[in-house]
Amino acid sequence: MHVTVYVPTVLRQYAAGERKVQVDVGEDGPPTVGHVFDCLHRTAPGVVERALDECGQVRPHVNIFVDGELVRVGLRLGLETPVTEGTEVWILPAVSGG
Amino acid sequence: MRTDRLVLVGTTKGLFVLDSNNEVTGPFLEGTSVPSVAYDPRRKRILAGANSFFFGNSVRRSDDLGQTWAEAETPNIKFPDDTESKIVQIWQVTPAGPDQPDVLYAGVEPAALFRSEDGGESWTLVRGLWDHPHRPLWQPGGGGLGLHTILLDPRDPKRMLIAISTGGVYLTEDGGTSWRSSNSGIRAEYNPEDQRFPEYGQCVHKVARDSANPDKFFLQNHFGLYHSDNGGASWDDVANGVPSDFGFPVVAHPNQGDTAFIIPLVADVKRWTPDAQCRVYRTTNAGASWEPMSCGLPQENAYVTVLRDAFTTDGADPAGFYFGTRGGQVYASHDDGQNWETLAEHLPPILSVRAAAL
Repeated sequence: MHVTVYVPTVLRQYAAGERKVQVDVGEDGPPTVGHVFDCLHRTAPGVVERALDECGQVRPHVNIFVDGELVRVGLRLGLETPVTEGTEVWILPAVSGG
Repeated sequence: MRTDRLVLVGTTKGLFVLDSNNEVTGPFLEGTSVPSVAYDPRRKRILAGANSFFFGNSVRRSDDLGQTWAEAETPNIKFPDDTESKIVQIWQVTPAGPDQPDVLYAGVEPAALFRSEDGGESWTLVRGLWDHPHRPLWQPGGGGLGLHTILLDPRDPKRMLIAISTGGVYLTEDGGTSWRSSNSGIRAEYNPEDQRFPEYGQCVHKVARDSANPDKFFLQNHFGLYHSDNGGASWDDVANGVPSDFGFPVVAHPNQGDTAFIIPLVADVKRWTPDAQCRVYRTTNAGASWEPMSCGLPQENAYVTVLRDAFTTDGADPAGFYFGTRGGQVYASHDDGQNWETLAEHLPPILSVRAAAL
């Protein structure tokens, strides 16, 4: 299964400069966005470890959209959100800035 | 850029570098706040504990006075998986001595100590402190549960003093394997009356080591100004003649023993300079008395806050002293605090200041 992850501008240096990364989602985990990040970590750990914290949770000021839907826990299933062939995952800085 | 003196100013909006002509360059590390910064003279390297509002913390490094910055592929300072903890902020970055040229320490929130053995590129949790039985009972102060002070003993790199808000002072003599609290005489104003001098749990704001005698320390507490002449084993109240014993920074004179500087604030809920006058207080007798110094500093309507790491010395001889305010001003003195000049104004809120004579 292949999923496309869109990388925000400020993190593209950790994705070989690419705006989007095709992730080959292996069957060694559940078909969820969390597993997409596990698989992306193999090639772009710098992207994943900035989107997620050390405990594997989405950072407070990062948003993850799956096929256009925000997946923060409480709104949908968070990292448990299911993915299928062709799903698009967007990593975006949230509306904030310090 | 003239480079015989460097003043590093960490703000809520990046890092600024001031040279000997007071030329301001930056902001560097845009998109981050910089609560901790250090200059490592061994490698001529700037290290910054940078906190991206979005993407977490890392220790960034520059070997060209801030023009370019190295950052690890993945955040280079993080808790091991088994701790189930995550770094909120890097409160302190401290190079070790010349006998350990690749070693640095970092203090973070939640309170923990990290050690680097490769010049700051990678960091490892110091387990001895993390596993201390007191740790689950430490509580966050107003700024969070930060380990903000790391003082190495110039005589023995295995001996260290660290301080935590709110945990207090801890000492190690074996390089961090074992630690003991050392807060005798320091009060915890916020405890019940019969528990105001506990073994640990004090909200120590900053500690400075005397330059002439490594067994002497000055300590600014969350209410309380203290001095120790026995390696921190006990602490004496030396709030003699100061308008308030509340404040954040304390800086020891790098060339004169028994001499230190503070910037008192009114109180915890009134975090501004007393009488709306910005004054630095100096002792030259280990705290027996303190004298105000205000020449060149604002003396009217000056509701100034200086944070614990925003006051420093360049360590030179003669010494320069520098502090930055939450209002974005940077002041400097080159005559032991008698006169102050304004180096910069209108910067973002200042969190950390470090200086070096190159």
